[in-house]
Amino acid sequence: MNRTLIILRAGPGLTVQDHGRSGLLDRGLSVGGAADQRALAEGAALLGQGAQLAALEMAGMGGEFAVTASSRIALTGAPMRATLDGEPLVWNASHAIAPSQRLSIGPATSGVYGYLHFGGGIDLPPQMGARSAHLTAGIGALLADGDRLALGEDTGTLTGLILPVEDRFSGGSLRVVPSIQTENFSKADHQRFAQTEFTRDPRGNRMGVRLAFEGAPFQVEDQLGIVSEIIVPGDIQITGDGAPFILLGECQTIGGYPRIATVIPTDLPRVAQAAPGAAFSFEFITRAEGFAAIKADAEARAALSSRVAPLVRDPRDISDLLSYDFISGVTDGKAEGE
Amino acid sequence: MQSLDYPCVRPLGLTGLLVTFAGKMDESANRAALAFRAAVDANGWVEVVETSTSLTSAFIRIDPLVGDPDAVTERLESLLATRDWLAADLPLGRRLWHIPVVLDGDGAPQLEEAAKAAGVTPDQAREEISAARIRVLTIGFAPGQPYMGELPEHWNIPRQTKLNPRVPGGALVVAIRQLIIFSGPTPTGWRHIGQTAFRCFRPESDDPTPLAIGDEVTFRRVSPSELDQIAADDPEGGGASVEALT
Repeated sequence: MNRTLIILRAGPGLTVQDHGRSGLLDRGLSVGGAADQRALAEGAALLGQGAQLAALEMAGMGGEFAVTASSRIALTGAPMRATLDGEPLVWNASHAIAPSQRLSIGPATSGVYGYLHFGGGIDLPPQMGARSAHLTAGIGALLADGDRLALGEDTGTLTGLILPVEDRFSGGSLRVVPSIQTENFSKADHQRFAQTEFTRDPRGNRMGVRLAFEGAPFQVEDQLGIVSEIIVPGDIQITGDGAPFILLGECQTIGGYPRIATVIPTDLPRVAQAAPGAAFSFEFITRAEGFAAIKADAEARAALSSRVAPLVRDPRDISDLLSYDFISGVTDGKAEGE
Repeated sequence: MQSLDYPCVRPLGLTGLLVTFAGKMDESANRAALAFRAAVDANGWVEVVETSTSLTSAFIRIDPLVGDPDAVTERLESLLATRDWLAADLPLGRRLWHIPVVLDGDGAPQLEEAAKAAGVTPDQAREEISAARIRVLTIGFAPGQPYMGELPEHWNIPRQTKLNPRVPGGALVVAIRQLIIFSGPTPTGWRHIGQTAFRCFRPESDDPTPLAIGDEVTFRRVSPSELDQIAADDPEGGGASVEALT
């Protein structure tokens, strides 16, 4: 049976996102995809499905949603105030939603990007190998009130599961390795870079995040002598005003600003998820340590599904306990006969 | 300031490697980057997940879960040592494009200014642009957007310090011996000397980025009314024709 997601009211930064489009640098297209790739993996673990499926990315706040047939959802990424027909929903958990119900997702309580996943994923026709909107490139669009999106076939049945996650929504220490212009900065600037406490500036989006700090601008001696070169997400450009700008997945593919260092890929979800004002510092690590971090991150992602546990609810939190139908249960999102 | 001996292999990010053939744009270094990338691709190393080229470098991205990037660095250095890459031939499989362009009137608001900067008359500038056969040196900033060159040395004109607030998609712009056809409307420091109806990025099409790095391009001068007709008849292709280079 065809299921459709109806966006009754769209928050300001609602897009369909997945793993993005890697391998198209030579065509001038950056990878894009979900700003917090970890959240995609968590949603997939909660719903027991592949991490390649597309979800709704909600920047800052969500919106109001309904479905045309019973569906399973999962909520991951930046925690947001979510209710189903007015009843609070637990974040980092999976839930069932019926066609008569209204899902309301308010502002983030920490972090930036929340994700709304559906059993079967959002079934947009893939374009250039992905369903992700890449707004800077002109692929896809911001979602608006009244938009309807087809959902894919859901082969799973379980809901009412929770996945404990560590806080990645408040900044912290970012691991970096040298980049191609690191040596163009003075030793004193390297040291100052590693000792400065930065804060996430209000200027930031899916292309990158600017950092604010107290002190003299960072600068290289011969800025004009730098040839434009390929950019990778995580590169920390020092722009004209001497402030670091950490590039994210939807960045340009070539850039001419000097790069003082590169944030390792595993720490990029924390960059994307830091709300304005969050504090960041940088720690230079060896390349071997960086590769070990990538391996550890891959293992942690693979182990996510083993950390999913039943969502235990305190009966005192359930105001309408007597109206619950304990027989069909909260763990099955599908209506009879589906 | 760091000084490097070229060619050199350097990490770019944690999982990328950059093989650079010169510290500034140079036709033979660009050719070397294209040839070196093709040689890396031909090797089919399993841990290499993506390759590309910039103006003077080849870029190789590694999946560190598949193979050790430091071992790939050694293999790249060995491959570098096998020959003089600056004298390499261009790779096979490239194409030659002929793209209609308007070089006067509203479609070329800065042609006279650019000609003056290059020390030629406007008519000489139109002739030189029409006669030029240039190569897609790299693609970037926006999807499908080509950086093409090199024009003769007198076209080594600087970018303007004051930005042109908005040139349209399909605009032909010039600076530093290079031409760009813009993928979409954009502010720029490059001078707007012509207009094409060629769409560099066609997200809905089977071939979203028709130009490839290494392709060659010539421009066929048309009148503004001819370009209007071309845009109506061929809204994405802009009347361009293409042939295989053998």
